[in-house]
Amino acid sequence: MKVLFAMASVATLFLVPLRSAQAQEWNSAGLPDSVLNAPRTNAAPAPKRDIGGIWDAGGAGIAGPGHESAPWTDWAKQKAANYKPGNGPRAVYEADINDPLSTVCDPSGFPRLVMYETRPFQIVQTPNQVLILYMFEKRWRVIWTDGRTLPKDPDPRWYGYSVGHWEDDYTFVVNTIGSDERSWLDNAGNPHSADLKVEERYHRVNHDVMEMTVTIDDAKAYTRPWTPRNRMRLTLAPAGFDMMEMICSPTEVMDFRRNINDRTVNK
Amino acid sequence: MKGIFVGLVLGVVSVLVIPAPLVAHHGTASFDTSKDLTLKGTVTEWIWANPHCFLKFDAMDDTGAMRNWAVEVSNPTDMTKRGWARSSFKIGDMVTVILQPVKNGAPIGRLKTVALPDGSTLTAMGPAPAATPAPAQ
Repeated sequence: MKVLFAMASVATLFLVPLRSAQAQEWNSAGLPDSVLNAPRTNAAPAPKRDIGGIWDAGGAGIAGPGHESAPWTDWAKQKAANYKPGNGPRAVYEADINDPLSTVCDPSGFPRLVMYETRPFQIVQTPNQVLILYMFEKRWRVIWTDGRTLPKDPDPRWYGYSVGHWEDDYTFVVNTIGSDERSWLDNAGNPHSADLKVEERYHRVNHDVMEMTVTIDDAKAYTRPWTPRNRMRLTLAPAGFDMMEMICSPTEVMDFRRNINDRTVNK
Repeated sequence: MKGIFVGLVLGVVSVLVIPAPLVAHHGTASFDTSKDLTLKGTVTEWIWANPHCFLKFDAMDDTGAMRNWAVEVSNPTDMTKRGWARSSFKIGDMVTVILQPVKNGAPIGRLKTVALPDGSTLTAMGPAPAATPAPAQ
């Protein structure tokens, strides 16, 4: 009987990985909490200078209410005077929101993409770039690793200009400038200036876990640098994980406003 | 009997469900989050889209007026994690919806739970159900 049980156990051990390896699934919304919350302290060591794969922060990545920022400068107060956010301490009634992302589908821009809906994303490393492909907005960013320096006085871009380097074998650091001032930092309507500098740190703890830290340095808008993402845990998803589309379609937003938001006006 | 059972289930669910933010991109300033309204109605449309899915249904309120309600939930990604799908509703389905109505009296709300014709219940607020069905199409 014991032998039978042992054989069954061994068979199960082999069957489970085999089944999951064969599973073909489409439209994955994210890893289940049971996977995200698993300690994974026994995972294999992190490979050197490799952060490739599909990563998921789960609910921690969704910062609906926005972030508590460093104090605003007078410039920031003036810049955001007409921002009417849908969430956070300055939230207005739904029908009055003028968030350019949620009302007209402007690009979330960078760094909002890593400060708001940080849904699953895929990192691809090439010989001279690191590409990040985001489920949210189905956008991508190019991070140059060919040794170039950041441009001087660049034209603004929604997603800025990024270069990256390895600080050590397990920590990849990205520096970004040139983000378009029209983008907000988050749902709370925190502003930024064209002088914004962002540092992202991706530290691979082991094979299955990585930590993301984002620091905002914008002396024109904030009295000091601040860190909205501090070692946010990312879990490696299976290689066959097929990300859902999560796209802001102006047609769908208009339909939502017509049916819901515009009818919530307080008389 | 089935009605009593559904009522019991809804009652238990409404106690168990902890109020929590439903939607990521906006707050709840326009909605009366202290009030739950239970309506039985007939599905007229199910919109599976960003930034929010919403269910439309015809239902009679306590004044006897038949109105077409539109009630929002979160986006397809979040709802997939809760076991909802594009195919969760068909036009003509009889449903019982518990919602938080908008303050201005319009037939608009935030959906909390919905009982389906087969007796099962989908939830839109509070912690996601522990067993999340694997999405597959």
